[in-house]
Amino acid sequence: MALLDELILLMLAASALWTVMTRSLLRSAIGLALTSAMLAMLMFRLNNPFAAVFELSVCAGLISALFFCIITITEPLTPEKVREEAGARFGRFRYLPVIVLLVGIVLRVLTVKVDVKIPALEEIADVRHFLWAHRQIDLVGQIIILLCGVFGIVILLKELRKKGG
Amino acid sequence: MHLLWIFFVYAVILFVIGFYCILATLNLVRALIGIEVLMKAVTLLIIIAGYASGRTSLSQALVITLIVVETVLIAVAMGIVLSVYKHTKSLDTKSLTDLKG
Amino acid sequence: MISLLILLPALSVIILNLPFGRLMRKIAFSLCLALFVAQIFIVLLPVSAGFEPIFQFNLMVDDLSRVVLFCIGIVLSSALFVGEHVIKDDDQRFNFLNLLLIALAGMNGIVMVKDVFSMYVFLEITAVASFVLISLYRDRDALEAAFKYFVLSAVATVLMLSSIALLLLVSGDTGFSAINAAIITSQHSRLVMMAMGLFICGLFIKGGLMPFHGWLPDAYSAAPAPVSILLAGIVTKTVGIYALIRIVTLVFVFNDPIKYLLMFVGALSIVLGALAALGQSDFKRMLAYSSISQVGYIIIGLGCGTPLGIFGAVFHLLNHAIFKTLLFVNAAAVESETGSRDMDRMSGLAEKMPLTGITSVLAVLSTAGIPPLSGFWSKLLIIMALWISGYRIYAVIAVAASVITLAYFLSLQRRVFWGKLGKEFGHIKEPGFMMAFPALVLAFIIVAVGILFPYLAHEFINLKELTGG
Repeated sequence: MALLDELILLMLAASALWTVMTRSLLRSAIGLALTSAMLAMLMFRLNNPFAAVFELSVCAGLISALFFCIITITEPLTPEKVREEAGARFGRFRYLPVIVLLVGIVLRVLTVKVDVKIPALEEIADVRHFLWAHRQIDLVGQIIILLCGVFGIVILLKELRKKGG
Repeated sequence: MHLLWIFFVYAVILFVIGFYCILATLNLVRALIGIEVLMKAVTLLIIIAGYASGRTSLSQALVITLIVVETVLIAVAMGIVLSVYKHTKSLDTKSLTDLKG
Repeated sequence: MISLLILLPALSVIILNLPFGRLMRKIAFSLCLALFVAQIFIVLLPVSAGFEPIFQFNLMVDDLSRVVLFCIGIVLSSALFVGEHVIKDDDQRFNFLNLLLIALAGMNGIVMVKDVFSMYVFLEITAVASFVLISLYRDRDALEAAFKYFVLSAVATVLMLSSIALLLLVSGDTGFSAINAAIITSQHSRLVMMAMGLFICGLFIKGGLMPFHGWLPDAYSAAPAPVSILLAGIVTKTVGIYALIRIVTLVFVFNDPIKYLLMFVGALSIVLGALAALGQSDFKRMLAYSSISQVGYIIIGLGCGTPLGIFGAVFHLLNHAIFKTLLFVNAAAVESETGSRDMDRMSGLAEKMPLTGITSVLAVLSTAGIPPLSGFWSKLLIIMALWISGYRIYAVIAVAASVITLAYFLSLQRRVFWGKLGKEFGHIKEPGFMMAFPALVLAFIIVAVGILFPYLAHEFINLKELTGG
């Protein structure tokens, strides 16, 4: 079982790395969706099914769709410019895999002893009940921030009536 | 405990990737992608903490709220990026250095 | 009952956007004004935190919350008045009012929750409202400032959330009391120390302290005038500083490394903010660096740790909200009449704008800590607290920075208001009632608090004991 987890974790890290290092923005957005899918699988394995479903539908779906929208609206670079930018870009990003490998190896070898006392609490069974009964203020917050987001998008993107924008 | 340490290591790796992306990029949308990667790292961290302390319902509630907030944040940020694009027709951060820091 | 402070603004936003045509636009201003003024007066009454028939929120209001709620009400009212005068387009003004209501709901939420994660949610509400407010006019500078603020705020959010995750590991719950209990039992563990450090660093970024202040001067100066008032007067304070005070005194164990960190960052902000303000020629940018410096005072008072220091810090928070708002109101008046923020181009405006000139002199003297205005008392308390606890060097730094504060503000006064009236400014006049009224009220508060403070000091002793805990 631990092997399966390890595999998913490796794919998570690899897809995140690919997302950041790839040249084209479109592939980055696809990589982001892939990373979200891997994270959702990990959440299933760690006993959090509801969060996994949310992550899959919202992050791997909605946010990736938003990224695709914005990438296609803003003009992509022509192939010649991509090639000339690629050299400089690679120079800036080439340290990343090295750093990641180093950090990974160092931390794996280290296994720091964590000296905290983790309390053994009894489990409140259902997420849905929990969310509604105990975290109502969070729900109010979610509604308010959705309102704010709607307003924000309208204000930022709507053309003013008199001027042509 | 050993299994959780492995998960924790990968969360740290995701952090490093996200921070590096924000620091090294010259493109606005890629900065947003870096922030998204950081949010994934934090989500993973919360899930790990919930699993280790046995409180999966609390961590799931937190993650659900976090995902909603993060979506709104990214949507508004995209609105800002689109408005910048309408002004300058490019996504280069070098074109955004008018205000002296 | 107190949950109405969050629910009413949210409901008002929904009501204002129902499709009733022009009627909503007309009542928008009065509705906002009613809510803000009600908030100012509600905090002066004793409030019953009881009866929550339908909802079960976990909210509380104690003395520290009351002070900040009071500030929120005052600053939002000032921003409302200035916005009515400055924002000419009807649609933009309506959007501005809606965003003010959302920001009100967010900040009230931050001040009243008892849970670290809920505080994060309301922090994000306020932050998103701020991003949109900064970009209200959609001009290029403002969008750049908003994007910078967004990236740094997102980084701060990630730091705070990772700290919340680590604390969740240790304590199993995210409420204030649960985390406090867990930290007390495992105090010296490195994991807990790292979690506390991460959280405090995140709050430093949000509060605009050195060396994490990168977004602040751009955001304060490029935002529209009423939004600058909002940001400088209350948003940075609630989001960064109030959260810091609440977390450090109530949740974290207030041990020595935290104190040293707070005092060091506070001193750094005081000195570097004051020095940076000396060389500015943009009116609002100088005020932004001055804000960084004054917030440094609050943090250094907090870092001192004694009840006197914490009381001084909270008092300085109140004072700074008042006088910085007044300064930004004056900046708005100057900007709307002369059309620029460049101080080198202005001179002698006091001849045509006497009210603005006088109120800005009062605000400047209060910032620099000149008796008998309010700023003098709060700075005195902080410096006394530092001296008594033995941190003599920090006290000396605080006093020296006061002198620099006086220097750059006097240079601002000389450049903008005194001297001969410039030739191109013959046509300007004092801005109307909407701008003058908040300026007068704020100046009155500065003078009244300053003069009456020695007599009222014994009234506030219970405040001191409560925040000293």
